[in-house]
Amino acid sequence: MLTLKEVQSLLSGELLTPGINLEKECSKVFASDMMSDVLAFIDPESVLVTGLITSHVVRTACLADVSAIILVQGKRPEPMVVDEARVRNLPIISTACSMFEVCARISRSHPEAGR
Amino acid sequence: MTEISFQQEFEIKGGDFVRAGEASCEIKNLLKELGVAMQVVRRAAIVSYEAEMNVIMYAGSGRLDLSVTSDRVQIVVDDRGPGIEDVELAMSEGYSTATPEMRELGFGAGMGLPNIKRNSDIFKIHSKVGRGTRLEMTIRTNGHRL
Repeated sequence: MLTLKEVQSLLSGELLTPGINLEKECSKVFASDMMSDVLAFIDPESVLVTGLITSHVVRTACLADVSAIILVQGKRPEPMVVDEARVRNLPIISTACSMFEVCARISRSHPEAGR
Repeated sequence: MTEISFQQEFEIKGGDFVRAGEASCEIKNLLKELGVAMQVVRRAAIVSYEAEMNVIMYAGSGRLDLSVTSDRVQIVVDDRGPGIEDVELAMSEGYSTATPEMRELGFGAGMGLPNIKRNSDIFKIHSKVGRGTRLEMTIRTNGHRL
């Protein structure tokens, strides 16, 4: 099982919420820009891979017990969105990879992470 | 009748996308502080958020009542909105009347009401066109679905 730290390393990701512990294990990965689908289908403690950068992503992730948000294509949310994630103790990792590449890299090293 | 151990009301303003989800985040924190089991907290949070988003997306305003007893969490949402013409159709997965703005935020996939029902042990919906919609959701805290 991968840790969030290992996921960050696999994706050459930048942690936008410094100070939040990344030694937590990551059991599942869920990739979607539809927050409706996240609320309906994501397993607790999953990593959410998305291209959306609104505060709703942070709130959705928090309410659905997501363990970390991975933002694709090098996206960076507004500082107030990052602040909200920090307050909620939710790590945000930004990576230059596309959503497909994120899923492919994690899947190669952690084949059982999808659902 | 079981004695209510906690009760709180939340006002929800229609169209207020900036604050969307804040009430549900507060509810989640309250339930955690009350010592409700994590899986029940998660289901209640999802139910609350879906219902809150429905008010924000479709109604002028609404009120969410949270009540907690020793054996259940109940969330009742009353909105002053347009009402739902065909409730059965609105309950089917994938059916949505969302605008492009809502979809840009990642909502409006037609999963809201079915997901509320899925996460509730008891779900009731009453809607009157031109008047509004009332959703009543109960989640039992003993881990058994009715």
